[in-house]
Amino acid sequence: MAHHQRSGRADTRTTTLTETFGRLVPHLRPIMARLVLGGLCALLASVVALTIPRVLGWLVNTVLTGEGAASAVWLGVAIVALLGAFEALLIWLRRVFVISPTAGIETSLRLNLFRHLQQLPVAFHDRWGSGQLLSRSMGDLSLLRRWMAFGSIMLVVSSLTVIAGLAFMFSSSWILALIYLAGAIPITIRAFKFRTVFRDASRLSQDQAGDLATTVEEAVHGIRVIKAFGRGREALDGFHAQAQKLRDTEIHKARTLAGFMALVVALPEVTLGLGLFTGLWLTADGQLLVGDLAAFFATAAFLAGHVEGIGMLLGMTLTTKTALDRHYEVIDSPATITSPDHPRVPENPAGHLVMRDVSFTYPDAPGAANVVDGLDLEVRPGETMALVGGTGSGKSTLLHLVPRLYEATGGAVELDGLDVREYDVEALRTAIAVAFEDSILFSSSVRENVLLGARPQPGRTADDQLAEALDVAQAQFVHDLPDGVETLIGEEGLSLSGGQRQRLALARAIAAKPRLLVLDDPLSALDVRTEEAVTARLRSVLEGTSTLIVAHRPSTVMLADRVALMEHGRIKDVGTHSELLARSAHYRFVIAAGDEPPSVEEVLDTEDTATEGDPA
Amino acid sequence: MSGMSGVAGEDNIELGADDRRRVRRRSLRLLKTLAGPIRGRLAGTALLVLVSAGARATLPLLVAWAIDSMLPRVIDGDLAALGFVGGAYVATAITAGGLLGVYTWAAANVSQAMLLDLRLRVFRHTQLLSLEFHETYTSGRVISRQTSDLETLRELLDQGISQLVSGIAFVLFTAISMFILDWKTALVVVGAAVPIAIIFRWYQVRSELVYRESRVFSARVITTFVETMTGIRAVKAFRREAAGDEKYTDVAHEYRDNTLRSISLFGILQPVLMLIGNLTVAAVLLVGGFRVLDGSLAVGALIGLLLTAKRVFQPIEAIAMFYNSFQAATAALEKVSGLLEERPTVVEPARPQPLPAAEGAVEFKRAVFGYGDGPVVMEEFDLTIPAGQTVAVVGQTGAGKSTLAKLIARFYDLTAGELTLDGVDLRDLSQDDLRRAVVMVTQEAFLFSGSVADNIALGRPEATREEIVLAARAVGAHEFIESLPEGYDTDVNKRGGRVSAGQRQLISFARAFLADPRVLILDEATSSLDIPSERLVQQALERLLGERTALIIAHRLSTVEIADRVLVVHDGRIVEDGSPSELIAAGGRFTSLHQAWRDSLT
Repeated sequence: MAHHQRSGRADTRTTTLTETFGRLVPHLRPIMARLVLGGLCALLASVVALTIPRVLGWLVNTVLTGEGAASAVWLGVAIVALLGAFEALLIWLRRVFVISPTAGIETSLRLNLFRHLQQLPVAFHDRWGSGQLLSRSMGDLSLLRRWMAFGSIMLVVSSLTVIAGLAFMFSSSWILALIYLAGAIPITIRAFKFRTVFRDASRLSQDQAGDLATTVEEAVHGIRVIKAFGRGREALDGFHAQAQKLRDTEIHKARTLAGFMALVVALPEVTLGLGLFTGLWLTADGQLLVGDLAAFFATAAFLAGHVEGIGMLLGMTLTTKTALDRHYEVIDSPATITSPDHPRVPENPAGHLVMRDVSFTYPDAPGAANVVDGLDLEVRPGETMALVGGTGSGKSTLLHLVPRLYEATGGAVELDGLDVREYDVEALRTAIAVAFEDSILFSSSVRENVLLGARPQPGRTADDQLAEALDVAQAQFVHDLPDGVETLIGEEGLSLSGGQRQRLALARAIAAKPRLLVLDDPLSALDVRTEEAVTARLRSVLEGTSTLIVAHRPSTVMLADRVALMEHGRIKDVGTHSELLARSAHYRFVIAAGDEPPSVEEVLDTEDTATEGDPA
Repeated sequence: MSGMSGVAGEDNIELGADDRRRVRRRSLRLLKTLAGPIRGRLAGTALLVLVSAGARATLPLLVAWAIDSMLPRVIDGDLAALGFVGGAYVATAITAGGLLGVYTWAAANVSQAMLLDLRLRVFRHTQLLSLEFHETYTSGRVISRQTSDLETLRELLDQGISQLVSGIAFVLFTAISMFILDWKTALVVVGAAVPIAIIFRWYQVRSELVYRESRVFSARVITTFVETMTGIRAVKAFRREAAGDEKYTDVAHEYRDNTLRSISLFGILQPVLMLIGNLTVAAVLLVGGFRVLDGSLAVGALIGLLLTAKRVFQPIEAIAMFYNSFQAATAALEKVSGLLEERPTVVEPARPQPLPAAEGAVEFKRAVFGYGDGPVVMEEFDLTIPAGQTVAVVGQTGAGKSTLAKLIARFYDLTAGELTLDGVDLRDLSQDDLRRAVVMVTQEAFLFSGSVADNIALGRPEATREEIVLAARAVGAHEFIESLPEGYDTDVNKRGGRVSAGQRQLISFARAFLADPRVLILDEATSSLDIPSERLVQQALERLLGERTALIIAHRLSTVEIADRVLVVHDGRIVEDGSPSELIAAGGRFTSLHQAWRDSLT
């Protein structure tokens, strides 16, 4: 819990600023005109801001010292008011130009990331905590918007202002200007080191913030376990340590910035001090006019704010750069499981599954033993095949290969004569419906959860489909919920019991009307009677639907036409239950026939009807 | 009656006057309690900001002083004056820059301290909140409260202190110097306070709504995101990508529109403030111009006044920016403080009764239970489980078996009556004592990020590796763990560490084994195990349960076999209670249950 650095990121390749920001260009191109206009407004506003004091001085000196008519005062007031209004207008315009398009880019990148994440294979999601992904989708992108709308523009404006200011300074006194400029050399040298340190710190803090979000997420999703073991303190301690680490990184980052900013603010002023020294001496010596000296320092005072601004904006730019790197790291992860360019459609869609020499190993563990290792298996159309094997024999992994949730690393998985990789992914997953061992339900109504994968069928209403699926899955309990099938079931259906969740997940798989039904021990939390009822109903309702079902109990197995025995990632034997019982010691060990009594609930349910009205 | 207590009504944007006042106060109070412990450092930072800003303001004055007073002396050959001026300038510059560095660092310290404080408070509090709360408040919201909401506070704190302090100081400074220069003109400038107050008020009312809305919308984006990513298998298997896209696009656009609204509001505030400032300068020119005409004001003085008036308004922008972040942060703190206001229904006692070594006797007396104010789930009952007894609880789905288990684990408290462990009311026990004594293995076996060993060690964090391996061996998990790429050190999120549901249950059994409690509760904890694994666990249980009190909820009769006593629960009542043999003889539900079992064995 929370003791580990666990974002799934790969080793990050260092990219340059240009490389990273270069990738924004396609997004920026359509809004370039508005960005430039925004920049021009900002620039013009800063020119107006510079002009107003001069105009004031000029007005007072010329207009008021003349014969001094009241109309002259009014004229002056009008000019100043107009300039003032113009400045305010420019500031307003700057925002109008840039805000909406940059917010547009932020949102489109956010949507893009989401879309891409949905396309990325399950294996990717196994490695990445959703908190880490969340931080990339929220914080990082809002940082980018602020940089585009404000940082980038102000960086350009401030830089131009400083360049213009320097020209001014050179016109006042080239010696003083050179001294001032000399101050830029140590700053530039320092800036290189600052860049490396600050960039690394900023990247680290963003990653740590993401990991912290993952911890928060896990602490919420795992709250029952934490409470059951009373590990609230340990969870807090872990979180505390992590949050402290983040704080330390943030402070380290701030100290790096602080050191650099101190230099950026102090050094130009120190060189100005030297300039003042020199300037006074030059002026005393008669080589420099007092007016030029005063003008030089007036410009310098004006530039100070912009120089400081450039320093801050440099920090912001680096932070944005690392945020963008994080964004592209996810975007660059290839969506390996995609539809082929020319997907094929099977000629005879009957639900015929064939696996030939199939192997699978987790993509980031190439050295490890294969989880599925040269496996052969066939499920004939309409057949129910039970998959039996010990814990960890690879059954669940195998099931994931069929709808391409994981991609087989060797061999071929074929459905109705076509390799699953030849299908359009969506068509493939329409043909196959899965009920997972953990029942994943979403925060919405029972109806929406059950009809999640259902397609409209001619002549049948959605209500019919829903009713049938609930009936087959023996999930009639939903009618007793406060709002029946419209009841919102909490996140992940938390307010339902394990057995209830499983039945809804099963109903969902049934409602999808697949050609091939893949059930990953979907009845484990059900009592055998319900399980039996479910399977019996399944057979009658889904006539012609092939089924691959992971089974742990003989009762399930006996409902299957054939049984495949899996061990160490291979199918060891295929046959009927009795055949396997007769010839396989491992099968007898795993399924332990005769050892299993009817479940408690089964007997009680029978009893319930028998002893009705008899308060025991 | 306020509808805004805790997280209730959290999604409301437009609030009645009373509710609004309540949530604002709550939010500000939270901010105050965060600032409280570090007010000394806050003041110190503010002081640093002041001195640094003061030093920087001095620099142009030094130049003016140099040109006006020192230059003539330098011309007279007083080179000491030259050195003095240059030196003073350099010293002030270093002070200004150095202090800027120091306060940037100090501000980060202060801001991070407050942030850490709040993070921990929210995390701790969320963990304390009862399951009832978590079952209705989605994880997405909790995450959003702990991530993006806290982020707004950070934005306020990072820049806020220097913006506010230097802004206000500068405005005050300049305004006072204006009064000294010419109080009549100063009055004109002070007059600008009226339109400024109006625009700020306008902004306050609107931004409060927009930012409140922003928290609701961002929580929606986050909730959708998190739910999609945690349920990605189902999303893919049922081809919900397009539908997910659509929903996410909706919430993301809603959020974007809100962001645009908030930025546009500030986009009006900022230029209007600038306009007011510039028009005030024009007004100063108007008033001053006529006074120059009638000779009551010197031209030079007017220039000085105009430039000062212009300068008064410069920092207003920084203050407006501060106010903007402040509005954003307080809106977020409204939500966070609401979460913090939620009282856990299961609370740790202030003065717990110590129970260093529990025996494990559990007793319900006249106990009644219902969720919150809802209907009664368990009707009044008495139940005594002596220490060391193994009790099997059987009954239909929804009969109340899990409820019984969760009561003993104190996931919930009784509505009425008493529940004691060794004679001590559960509500009087400290969390530490209770959890040392009572551990529950739930149906869902959640694994946390980290290694397999870490996950087992959850049962007893101080356990050595040997003890962890021993626990894994005991429940038959050792073999599969060893076969993982890095054995016990395999990260469950990485490198093929993904384990099946059955394997997760084994790990969670190992946890319980390691925890070694006096009272062990198993809530259908073997459902995903295959038969050999279950058999192993069963054997382990028989050893483990030796002198322990155990409550086992199971739907396999083989589990019942190892029990000393069986409870049959039906419709929220214990309808049969006795040793297996007694119940078999009694001719009730269990009799037929047992009969069916016998039949299946022959």
